[in-house]
Amino acid sequence: MGLTTIDWVIMAVYFAFVLGIGAALKRYMKTSADFFLAGRSIPAWVCGLAFISANLGAQEVIGMGASGAKYGILTSHFYWIGAIPAMVFVGIFMMPFYYGSRARSVPEYLRLRFDEKTRGLNAVSFATMTIFSSGISMYAMAKLIQTLHFLDAPFKALGLPQAWIFHTGIIVSALVVLTYIYLGGLTSAIYNEVLQFFLIVAGFIPLVWLGLKNVGGWSGLKATLDPSYMHSWIGMGSPHTNRLGVEWFGLTMGLGFVLSFGYWCTDFLVIQRAMAANSMASARRTPLIAAVPKMLFPFLVILPGLIAIALPTQAPPIINGPQGSSVSAPAGQGLIPVKLDSTTGQPVLDNSGHPQLDYDLAVPNLLLHYFPTGILGLGLTALLASFMSGMAGNVTAFNTVWTHDIYEPYIRPNAGDAHYLMMGKMATIFGIALSVGGAYLATRFNNIMDMLQLVFAFVNAPLFATFLLGMFWKRATGHGAFIGLLSGTFAAAVHHALAIPAEAIPGVKGGWVAVLHTYPSEMAQNFWTAIFAWTTCFVVTILVSLLTKAPEESRLVGLVYSLTERPQEGNLSWYKRPVYLGGMILGATVLLNLVFR
Amino acid sequence: MGLDIRLPIGMLFTIFGIMLIVFGVFSNPSLYAQSLGINVNLIWGIVLLVFGAIMLYLGARAMFFGPRPAGTPNPEGREPRH
Repeated sequence: MGLTTIDWVIMAVYFAFVLGIGAALKRYMKTSADFFLAGRSIPAWVCGLAFISANLGAQEVIGMGASGAKYGILTSHFYWIGAIPAMVFVGIFMMPFYYGSRARSVPEYLRLRFDEKTRGLNAVSFATMTIFSSGISMYAMAKLIQTLHFLDAPFKALGLPQAWIFHTGIIVSALVVLTYIYLGGLTSAIYNEVLQFFLIVAGFIPLVWLGLKNVGGWSGLKATLDPSYMHSWIGMGSPHTNRLGVEWFGLTMGLGFVLSFGYWCTDFLVIQRAMAANSMASARRTPLIAAVPKMLFPFLVILPGLIAIALPTQAPPIINGPQGSSVSAPAGQGLIPVKLDSTTGQPVLDNSGHPQLDYDLAVPNLLLHYFPTGILGLGLTALLASFMSGMAGNVTAFNTVWTHDIYEPYIRPNAGDAHYLMMGKMATIFGIALSVGGAYLATRFNNIMDMLQLVFAFVNAPLFATFLLGMFWKRATGHGAFIGLLSGTFAAAVHHALAIPAEAIPGVKGGWVAVLHTYPSEMAQNFWTAIFAWTTCFVVTILVSLLTKAPEESRLVGLVYSLTERPQEGNLSWYKRPVYLGGMILGATVLLNLVFR
Repeated sequence: MGLDIRLPIGMLFTIFGIMLIVFGVFSNPSLYAQSLGINVNLIWGIVLLVFGAIMLYLGARAMFFGPRPAGTPNPEGREPRH
């Protein structure tokens, strides 16, 4: 792969800016509120871009491209049914309680609204999750750097073993993220996320432009690809007539309602960006401003996948073979190579004996295919930026939840503000150290990561029911929320233990107790697990709440819808009012769904 | 918080823009066979430079004229892409 001086200079300039922003913000970090909440002083558009950028990690850029190549335009459901309605909902209905309660974190809101044990449960599970998420992000980044082979030549020149490329990727990304968060706290993370957002957009627009030009635009894609790639709703009537293997009800309820609302409305990683806003109106606008680019992201991240699979089949620039060997892979499809076993170098076959495709390489291969040196440096910088923004989001969420929701209440209460500021900085260091541990764990035991992600899914799925009841039903009690959450997680585990996706072996994929039901695809199983967990949590929370003593209403003012004054927005111009903005965004989303049906 | 984020963004994109333009002008045209014969460095360099200059202008204006009074529109909020 031909990287020249200009590509390296572009990457170096980017790193200098990222660290420079941290350094420039250092002198503003005087109190813990500066460090954890950016002093609640960030304008809405900055928070909004950080809101999506924190979520724009590896999973988004590489993963959505991979899904685009695998499922086609159906992947847009993750945006147009998933993210957007949830983002509008959190901005209009939930932000008044998050921001208005002056809670410093999502678990802290749970303590104010419910009780200590509900907060503790949420804080511990969330903190663990962020550590592993950022570890997985780091692992994926180091792996990609290795696969791209762009460090091979410099390492050879310096006489360093090739095996160190992976370690270098991990250590350098960890140190960079550590430095800029340690220096500038959440402000630094948010500012860098905005910078990274623009970089990702700047790196991907020319890719989509060249790709579309090459394949003959949308009509060219239509002519080359099977129609099942090109429709997001046609074929959703039955799981057997679309590429996702799930029917419309499981999709809209499982993905659109439970999973997306669960993520965008309760995950502190994103909510923290809105909590840093400079006013209630800005906090409410944060997810709405974020929804506008988010709505258009499918064109930036899904289209590259579609283009990669639609190109004439050819030898792709890179394959993911065993380290150090040069195996010639059998032809895949388009620019996407066949998946090779990492130890034997043999193609990985699916259950019917066909070789599987290595979809994760769709975007990197497309980048190398079209970008000459110069803009290639920009494209690679955009990829690195996406990994770092995802990681940094997890790290800032971790240091806040650790300090405010674990350390302060349970380990060292009533210490001074300076102490907690120091603890936040320490938490940044050991949080990143633990993530590095997580990244190496992933290299050793692939299954452990699968299992962890499964457990997180069980923990997350019921959460939205707790928040919905907490914010909109004043009768919901702490015992109800706590027992509801546990039963929801338990229901998810039981459902997963008894059902399995078609063609999977019982185990981490499901059915580890007995197989009572077979789903047509893994996705269908995930969505239905979420639906079961949510419903159980919802029902149990209501039942237990009715059996336990009602909370005092005076304690719930500002925390529950019926006891809170509506935010005043009479002085705002119409295009700044959350309800109008939200309505326009939903209208545009419906339109997109119709156009690409 | 002290620093207007538009300034570093503006600076970074201006630098990238100038680098790509200069490189695009002086690079060997055969380089662009893989990008369908389009000098993508030059064209995209210009776009980045324009974007960078706009960000610099907005950031500098806010710095010289103090913080924008609350309630006035912030046009840059609506154009996160070019």
